[in-house]
Amino acid sequence: MSAIAGDPRLIADRPGLAGTLEGVWRRVSQGEIGSLPVVAALILIAIVFQSLNPNFLTPRNLTNLVLQIAAMGTISVGVVLVLLLGEIDLSVGAVSGLCAAVMAVLNVKAGLPGALAVGVGVLAGAGIGFLQGVWITRFRVPSFVVTLAGLLGWQGLLLWVLGDTGTVNLTDPAITNLAGIFLGPRLGWFVGLAAVAVFLASLSRARRRRVAAGLGVGTTGALVARIVLVGGGILLAIAVLDAGRGVPLAMLILLGFVVAFDWVTTRTGWGRHVFAVGGNAEAARRAGVAVDRVRVLVFTLSATLAACGGILAASRLLAVNQSSGSGDVVLNAIAAAVIGGTSLFGGRGTIWSALLGALVIGSISNGMDLLALASSVKFMITGGVLLAAVTIDAVSRRGRQAAGRA
Amino acid sequence: MARPDRTPLLELRGIRKRFGAVQALYDVDFEVYAGEVVGLVGDNGAGKSSLIKAVAGIYATDSGEVHFEGRQVTIGGPNDTARLGISTVYQDLALCDNLDVVANLFLGREVVRPVIPGLVAALDEVTMEQRAIQVLRDLSVQIPSVRTPIASLSGGQRQSVAVARSVMWNSKVVLLDEPTAALGVAQTRQVLDLIKRLRAQGLGVVVISHNLADVFEVCDRIVVLRLGRRAGNFDARAASREQIVAAITGAEFGTPAPAGAA
Repeated sequence: MSAIAGDPRLIADRPGLAGTLEGVWRRVSQGEIGSLPVVAALILIAIVFQSLNPNFLTPRNLTNLVLQIAAMGTISVGVVLVLLLGEIDLSVGAVSGLCAAVMAVLNVKAGLPGALAVGVGVLAGAGIGFLQGVWITRFRVPSFVVTLAGLLGWQGLLLWVLGDTGTVNLTDPAITNLAGIFLGPRLGWFVGLAAVAVFLASLSRARRRRVAAGLGVGTTGALVARIVLVGGGILLAIAVLDAGRGVPLAMLILLGFVVAFDWVTTRTGWGRHVFAVGGNAEAARRAGVAVDRVRVLVFTLSATLAACGGILAASRLLAVNQSSGSGDVVLNAIAAAVIGGTSLFGGRGTIWSALLGALVIGSISNGMDLLALASSVKFMITGGVLLAAVTIDAVSRRGRQAAGRA
Repeated sequence: MARPDRTPLLELRGIRKRFGAVQALYDVDFEVYAGEVVGLVGDNGAGKSSLIKAVAGIYATDSGEVHFEGRQVTIGGPNDTARLGISTVYQDLALCDNLDVVANLFLGREVVRPVIPGLVAALDEVTMEQRAIQVLRDLSVQIPSVRTPIASLSGGQRQSVAVARSVMWNSKVVLLDEPTAALGVAQTRQVLDLIKRLRAQGLGVVVISHNLADVFEVCDRIVVLRLGRRAGNFDARAASREQIVAAITGAEFGTPAPAGAA
């Protein structure tokens, strides 16, 4: 450990596996729960649905699950960014629908090439987010209100863009392939092994630098556990998906966003500033952080990711219609971020919570579909899960305060 | 103690500041020398905060001169003071509770290393952690680990981190606003020791405090403000507590201070 001078009150983890486990338990009981509850919830959900319907854990159904959560997870990545600031973006659903509609109309009605239409759709999202971000920072209107107005306004614009026909069907492979193609086994394994190799290389490089600088490193047990969990997880996922239709491109797109934004938020100065603004905006301002610029960029990214999610959803549905991005899209995206462990109170969370939370919501919804449950039951159960997740957040926040860590 | 043979590090001459109908500062002179701790005391509304904020560049003054290391300077905003090497630690400390000590020390001035030169840069955590450990060790600040979030630290440790952050960027003058308010006995000791170490490193330190015991313990000189004017300038070793209280309350020297006036 990098203790400056041995403080006798400092509790250090004892060496060895038992010490590591002890440390984990102590942190959990003090409210530093990280993604533990959500992983436990995922395992529980899998056990319950698998015992009720043996089709749940089949490669075919898991592939479906991945495709179902790609759009929600992508939108949720942007929501996590906004929540880290301690703000909220209620417009992500409407923006996702509008940008998908912009893409569809440009491609189908105006004859723009698919890739270009996708690009314009994403840019439209960026523009909308920039506008909302500037409005929030310039006029000091709460983000809740600006994005609530956005929720209504952008949905209206969606109807206007779609025009009288109401539904635009997509056939351009450049668009439909996004959620429609799968990597063959060879390419899938190549991507998976490359990811594991990059993960190992970055871990060992970071460790070597710390050792060379004379700084403390974590225990070997924790390192091995991380490598086994992450590496094993990647390879297992590929093996399962290959037994189905292969690795979906949509999953790689979602994972790409998650990994990229996780890196940006935890490894760059800008990401550090996002956490600082979420933790104490006034302190960040006095430390010289361009607080308003951070806020505007976060809202821009949130709407941009919403556009990407909307386009993925359209690609999977092969159409954009008047209900695109409406209904529970925004609520699911926010719920996913919170269920995954990102705090609604700002400054605490990780991008990975978008993926984990989307997996929880997606697997509950998928499992209930397999059981052919009525919509009424589905809504109530999803609501209950969200309430449970927020309660865990609030209670663990209190636990952290009691342990002096809030 | 005042050393007229040397040039003050920071010198204010005839500072005036008016808020509406209130003359908050009237022809106030103030100076701090290198390696000196000056206590700035006075009752509520005496002008302590106004003076500090004028130095820190938060308020523009109506008139008066500011000299830094003998040169006349104009302070137009907080950035000017930072560039001169004057830093201020306010009572609220301005730390981010959710970030660890390293992140707070380097907030807004993160050390980065290029990943894709000219385009993408990543935080250089190793360098920042090494420097953080060095800075805290130089100031003998006791902290469990530099990777502890601020939320887990005691009040004295937080104050120490805030002070360390203000001096680690080549500061020459540090202004501390009520650094020992709301601290326990041991934590107050930590912070007072830290102030003495800053003096030993040759910094000019200005301490605003209501606690005369702390002021007498750590200060070389005590400047008293009363109703916006400088009411006294005492050598802390020669002055008595009664003299300071008298200057603060406006009582005649030598007469006993009214009960409870301190």
